[in-house]
Amino acid sequence: MGKYVCCTGLLKNTWDQVCIAFWQRYPNPYSNHVLTEDIIFREVTPSNCLISRRLLTKTSRAPRWMERYLPKHMTNSAYIIEDSVVDPQKRTMTTLTWNISHARLMSVEERCLYQINQENGSWTEIKREAWISSSLYGLSRAIQEFGLARFKNSVTKTMKGFEYVLSRMQGETPSRTLAETATERARETAMAAKEKAKDLASHAQKKQYV
Amino acid sequence: MNSVGEACTELKREYDQCFNRWFAEHFLKGDRSGDPCTETFRKYQRCVQKAIKEKDIPIDGVEFMGPNKDKPES
Repeated sequence: MGKYVCCTGLLKNTWDQVCIAFWQRYPNPYSNHVLTEDIIFREVTPSNCLISRRLLTKTSRAPRWMERYLPKHMTNSAYIIEDSVVDPQKRTMTTLTWNISHARLMSVEERCLYQINQENGSWTEIKREAWISSSLYGLSRAIQEFGLARFKNSVTKTMKGFEYVLSRMQGETPSRTLAETATERARETAMAAKEKAKDLASHAQKKQYV
Repeated sequence: MNSVGEACTELKREYDQCFNRWFAEHFLKGDRSGDPCTETFRKYQRCVQKAIKEKDIPIDGVEFMGPNKDKPES
């Protein structure tokens, strides 16, 4: 069956600004998980819409219990496709994003519609829908729950990243403070150190048995 | 931002720069007078499509706006 989520977001910038930022949003301080970004198809249709396909590589850290279901070489990153249609006449942008790696284990498809906010014409509204499913027998429920939690977390990061890029485009100082950046850096360093310690410990353990 | 093909990042940067200007200053304003980025796009694509083949990234035959067609509308 899978899970379906729907939510709306608001950016206090014009639709034009949001579309411009959409193509310039990587890298930003909230996109450390995005490793590469490429346009692999682009065309202006006869009806004057811009259609594009973007290929992204993202790190995909699965929880420990899930890792054993992944082939070894695939545990580090995942390929994502993001198709989009920008319609400058209707002032709409539609995107469809989905993973082409690990799709049997977990598939996440997200559809976003960016349009002018009806109450305030200089703001942009994002209607976001997502479908999360897994066809892994016996574990699909647990994996979908995990996928849903991670999706919600990534929506927050996407919006923060967007706001950051938009404010930088307008020459403002992004709202993220230096202290905030420092705290996050420290946390990441601590996490990396912990992982390394675990690795060393397991190596040491293996050696004992040799 | 890096390209998936390490050798393509510089070509990508050149293209992105050209595209971003065209998109903001021409496309969104309804100006349809040709695309100045065709040549930089062609060079960048030659590089990135080669990298995709070498890395066996499975993008062949994936329909545009593909997988979501049979999903229920909300």
